[in-house]
Amino acid sequence: MTTTHSISVNINGKTYTRDVEARMTLADFVRHEIGLTGTHLGCEHGVCGACTVLIDGRSARSCLTFAVQMNGRSLTTVEGLSVAGGLNPLQQAFQEHHGLQCGFCTSGILMSLTELLSDNPDPTEQEVRETLTGHLCRCTGYAGPVRAALATAEHLKSIKGAA
Amino acid sequence: MGSKNFGARVTRFEDVALVSGKGQYVDDIHIAGTLHAAFLRSPHGHARIRSIDTSAAMRCEGVHAVLTAADLPERMRKQRMPLLLPNATMATLRTQHSLAVDEVCYVGQALAIVVADSRYLAEDALAAIEVDYEVLAAVSDVRAALADGAPRAHADLDSNVVSQFVMNYGDVEAAFASAPHVFREELWQHRGGGMAMETRGVLAQTNVTTDSLTLWSSTQTPHIARRMLAEVLDVDLESIRIIAPDVGGGFGPKAIFYPEDAVVAHASRALGRPVKFIEDRREHFLCATQERDQYWNVEIAVDNDGNILGVRGDMLHDTGAFVPWGIIMPYIAGATMPGPYVVPAYHLACTVAFTNKVATTPVRGAGRPQAVFAMERLMDRVAHELRLDPADLRRRNYIRPEQMPYSVGLIFRDGKPLIYDSGDYPRGHDAALKLAGYADFPARQAAAKANGRFIGIGVASYVEGTGLGPFEGVTVRILPDGRVRVTSGATSQGQGTRTTLAQIVADRVGCRIEDVAVTIGDTAGIANGVGAFASRLAVNAGSSASIAGDHVRVSILKLASRALGLPESEIDLEDGKAIGRGGNRPTISFGELSRAAQGMPGFSMDADHPVGLEHTAYFTPTQASYCSGTHVVEVEVDVGTGAIKILNYSVAHDCGNVINPMIVDGQVQGGVAHGIGNALLEWMQYDENAQPLTTTFADYLLPMATDVPICAIAHVETPSPLNPIGVKGAGEGGTIPAAAAIIAATENALSSFGVRFTETPLMPDRIVQALQRAGAYGKHVA
Repeated sequence: MTTTHSISVNINGKTYTRDVEARMTLADFVRHEIGLTGTHLGCEHGVCGACTVLIDGRSARSCLTFAVQMNGRSLTTVEGLSVAGGLNPLQQAFQEHHGLQCGFCTSGILMSLTELLSDNPDPTEQEVRETLTGHLCRCTGYAGPVRAALATAEHLKSIKGAA
Repeated sequence: MGSKNFGARVTRFEDVALVSGKGQYVDDIHIAGTLHAAFLRSPHGHARIRSIDTSAAMRCEGVHAVLTAADLPERMRKQRMPLLLPNATMATLRTQHSLAVDEVCYVGQALAIVVADSRYLAEDALAAIEVDYEVLAAVSDVRAALADGAPRAHADLDSNVVSQFVMNYGDVEAAFASAPHVFREELWQHRGGGMAMETRGVLAQTNVTTDSLTLWSSTQTPHIARRMLAEVLDVDLESIRIIAPDVGGGFGPKAIFYPEDAVVAHASRALGRPVKFIEDRREHFLCATQERDQYWNVEIAVDNDGNILGVRGDMLHDTGAFVPWGIIMPYIAGATMPGPYVVPAYHLACTVAFTNKVATTPVRGAGRPQAVFAMERLMDRVAHELRLDPADLRRRNYIRPEQMPYSVGLIFRDGKPLIYDSGDYPRGHDAALKLAGYADFPARQAAAKANGRFIGIGVASYVEGTGLGPFEGVTVRILPDGRVRVTSGATSQGQGTRTTLAQIVADRVGCRIEDVAVTIGDTAGIANGVGAFASRLAVNAGSSASIAGDHVRVSILKLASRALGLPESEIDLEDGKAIGRGGNRPTISFGELSRAAQGMPGFSMDADHPVGLEHTAYFTPTQASYCSGTHVVEVEVDVGTGAIKILNYSVAHDCGNVINPMIVDGQVQGGVAHGIGNALLEWMQYDENAQPLTTTFADYLLPMATDVPICAIAHVETPSPLNPIGVKGAGEGGTIPAAAAIIAATENALSSFGVRFTETPLMPDRIVQALQRAGAYGKHVA
């Protein structure tokens, strides 16, 4: 019989306690145990980036992370981005700038760009593109995601400037 | 009737859910009690199955069933998968069994399914299945497949040849006999994958009470899948419902109905439980159909001014181990080669052959990128040999707009004469050159050279048959609350189909676009449907949406006229209301009219009173509509490393009237990215035993954000006369000429070394090797 481990993890501000097998990936845990299916699996070998989440604020591949490693940690998934039930500025920019087509890779891209804009509120196009190299998108040719990220940075700067 | 929405940059309805993590892809659908499937797959390119022992696997924890071909119902066991596109040509159109019987013919072919409480447990049990294989010689290279004494891809077939056919017109012999110049090229385009970021997936739920079956599938073609599943399971077509929920990219391979889909459906019926199968990425590399892989040996005859006199040659197409999509794709390739040029005589002998690799079926472009690569490489060769500017050479050979409609002389894939319905190729060409700053390029190139940099420019043009039939239906219905419901057999894998259909319908009926709700990809939504392939939905579903909307509009006006006591000509339809033009502008809402169209229980209706404000239209195009375009690419080559950087990418694109420029630009940009992958990165490699070598994204490289520039795009709109909204397809044109233009640009950058390239993907090592052979490092690099 497989052994399970009890873990307690904060996801998008809410704490969940579950018994999990040691081999269960974080992605499967989030998707199938917690029911947050916005995190997607595109390759399960750490290249495509669709499954990217933030662990204690830092981006990580949930397909290469085991759920048991999350005990006591704090996790943000795409479901945690929306504000007051609406889209946050980055999400809005993705709609406005056609940053997605099929939307499958988008969750992971949003998480990495969230980290980028937090670390570097004024990125160059090249910096945005380098961040996006952690992700594969087959639909957009990356033009939309790049424009959306840069527009978000502009928008956040203008809010800050006005405040 | 206004056109507030048609042609406007409308942001997509689809996006709010998708950016919030609330999309519903197949694997996101959770039904209590679902079991999970995993497939046992052949590790050999070719082998006889002596025996399969599943007894240990059956005893594994959490296992509910382990099925091999022997455990399937007789029909599934004995008959191969249905062939989607039978063809009159003499051909061996063999499809595979649901689960392998006696023989496996490619690495990854499924032999058994395990159904267990979780995917983890199902995969545990896979390891406990014992198969005794007799390994047979495999054929990996399609050229070797034709050699005398070559191993047979299928043990019982006498030959690896699937089909041989000729496409021709004009007197090609005479053209070549008298031509002052003839140039020959041998060309190859690699095999690659669709590589949608969402792999294939299916969830089957049997309903014992109603004796029915529901499948959620990542398919591009739910109605076709339903037809094929009904045939395989030998059940009533209408007892099956197939839903394509949110689908994470398609690009062709998801248009195929796969054996796994049928086996999972059977397992759900046999076990009385929902069963889910989600393909993993390795399986996608092994088992999802692939494309390209054609060898072209072609020559062109031209006069002293570079005018084309004829094109001839042969083409060899690797279909892999099976032929699920018929021989349509090599046929499309043959029909695409003449392209936008006046080619007076043409002869292409096509051979389709089996290998022990996964089948090839359409991937974005569907045979056209190969054909355009062949034609455009010949054009570049002519320009080089006759010392003509490559753009000028193309311009002088274009079919002129006044020659439209233009009959090429061939029969296209839809069985109709290949007649270009519309297009202005010189105008598109000029627009692309202008965007690219082509006239100034020699100065840029000279300046770069002075700084030790090697930049080059390439041009490629194409014509693409799009919008193929038979039809796509759309129902438009005004609901009692005034909202407009649109249903269609159309599907979306990211194209924004719901948004574009809503744009069309809102304009036709006269309502706010936000009041239009669109349901697509569900066989329960409309009786007949086809699905997404061949860049066909804007033409087929878009036209049906327009026609159905117009019919509903007529009914609305009729009812509003009675209700308001005004002639129809005095009534405007706006924002979901019928408004009298005069006086105090009397108004009645669509909701009230919808309720009126339901009548009163027990009371008779007038003879011509509309029953329900709804209409279903099935537009049936008479033939393909032909989109076109020109790409101009500027690249820089690092002669030290062979690395290519794309500096500028310019596209002029004619898909007729543009419904939503934001979406069309997105299609073009994404298509170009796919073409960049084809040209420079993506290569599905197999060894001599047909063992796949590139089965991860670390081995098979997709374009990344640093590989793809933002394209400059010009829309040249020559409306198609063949459909009521004047559109042509837009989904594949970005990919089709990309490799041809990129390779031309690379060659141009290295023109001082005299190197030429005839294959894709053009990887850095090939560039360095070519430069080495040309003595470049002795002459130019320390």
